[in-house]
Amino acid sequence: MSIEIRNLTHCYSEGSALRTVALDDISMTIEDGEFLGIIGHTGSGKSTLVQHLNGLLKPTSGQILVDGQDLNGEHVNRRALRQRIGLVFQYPEYQLFEETVAKDIAFGPKNQGLSKAEIDQRVRYAMDCVHLDYDKYNARSPFELSGGQMRRVAIAGVLAMKPSVLILDEPTAGLDPRGRDRILSMLEELHSRDNVTIVMVSHSMDDMARLATRLIVMAEGRILATGTPREIFVREDLMIAAGLGVPDAARLCRALREKGLDLPDNLYRPEELKEHLLRLWRAQREGGAAPC
Amino acid sequence: MLKNITMGQYYPVDSVVHRLDPRMKLILAILFIVAVFMAHSFVGYLLLLAFLVFACKMSNVPFRLLLKGLRPLRMIIIITFLLNLFFTPGEDLLVSFWIIRIYREGFMQALFYSLRLVFLVAGTSLLTLTTSPIALSDGIETLLSPLRVIHFPAHELAMMMTIALRFIPTLLEETDKIMKAQMARGADFESGNLMVRAKAMVPLLVPLFVSAFRRAGDLAMAMESRCYHGGEGRTRLRVLKTTKNDWLALLILLLLIALIVLEGIFLKGVLF
Repeated sequence: MSIEIRNLTHCYSEGSALRTVALDDISMTIEDGEFLGIIGHTGSGKSTLVQHLNGLLKPTSGQILVDGQDLNGEHVNRRALRQRIGLVFQYPEYQLFEETVAKDIAFGPKNQGLSKAEIDQRVRYAMDCVHLDYDKYNARSPFELSGGQMRRVAIAGVLAMKPSVLILDEPTAGLDPRGRDRILSMLEELHSRDNVTIVMVSHSMDDMARLATRLIVMAEGRILATGTPREIFVREDLMIAAGLGVPDAARLCRALREKGLDLPDNLYRPEELKEHLLRLWRAQREGGAAPC
Repeated sequence: MLKNITMGQYYPVDSVVHRLDPRMKLILAILFIVAVFMAHSFVGYLLLLAFLVFACKMSNVPFRLLLKGLRPLRMIIIITFLLNLFFTPGEDLLVSFWIIRIYREGFMQALFYSLRLVFLVAGTSLLTLTTSPIALSDGIETLLSPLRVIHFPAHELAMMMTIALRFIPTLLEETDKIMKAQMARGADFESGNLMVRAKAMVPLLVPLFVSAFRRAGDLAMAMESRCYHGGEGRTRLRVLKTTKNDWLALLILLLLIALIVLEGIFLKGVLF
């Protein structure tokens, strides 16, 4: 399932004194099977953009084509489309409402009109995806869980609809490192194992370095740059201009290069930096000559 | 969905009227209402209209916004007009048709009563259009504070108003967000009969209440940790000051009332 955005512009409070342009002539394509990261400073239009992707916001002008079909066209079943394009909002734990975890997760599939057995199976699948033990948690109230667990329940509520595209708006915001790591490894698994197309909005460069196959940098409602993380993270000046930074590993790599270490300039993952450093260290130990 | 609900119609521009002391603006609004009720003739209403147009001009608020405030009340205004038109007995018969009798007196009364409503709404709209809700509740607090001697909780009331007003946009935003989140999970808020729709509200209302209580708790904690203990000895960030313009505005309004009263005494019956 591919999503194509053509010249999308969105203004809030059109026609009043408070009119603001949130998105300014955006064109892009979300390819099947990719892990697209959308990064940008607060107020750059990321959240507005993702809400267009399943028709929750209507463009002021421009089009969104899902498999060639205009999302805001006249005879489009938007509810059905929304179930194929799952959207997880920022702080999704605040949308939980049911008495038990299982019932809450079942809300989406129930709206799809599935059979009871199918719903139950979907709930088990979704809880398994987010690493929550079904037997332990299905009858618990979602309101007595920890913040990270609540968020995973909320994400499971979207996954239970088995969307082919999953969009997440800041899924790791406000979580402790362990909660964050859990969400990220879960997304990694969904992407590689279940082949779900994932669009993730974040301003954590480290999260992006770990997961994204392609990045879009947004600033003031426009696309500033797009490319693979390796292409993007080399351009530290651009990232700083966008009010962002680069991953810790990329920054460390640059600092080491300035000290004269023989490292490639485009490293951005902790693992690859470690590999290169180890190689340098071994070469130094074996050859006896200092690499500096 | 929710974009049609605009709470508090404050029109954020800068003008002489916007800068008036909110206390004075409240008093002016009350005096304007008095003036509206004193007017009983065309000249009186013309004076009111002149004042309103003048005030609107000074406030940089587009005149159509004032008229927009009338829209929700248009049915009431029309009904007032019709009732007075048809059911006021008089001597000077204008139209007689089937069982309908329209007298000149009835026509005039219908016109004046509906105009009175129009002026009341437009005048008070001007107050809320040019005064931010926060300034308004500040003004109410100081105007009510003399009542403290009889243990009237003026400060608490104003604080509650301020907090309530402050949270309306937040809760609206929250509602919008939860609504969208549930719609993303296939919820349907728009179709079905009354029962189905009421049931569809549960996924919206439960999270909304949970978050409202959470916010209330957080706010209480934040206020207490900053040593809030009520109005006693509390100073303000925005100190209300009356300036020359305030007294000038008061003078203009008093002049308006005086003119209307004088006109009522001396010109009555000359024109109509």
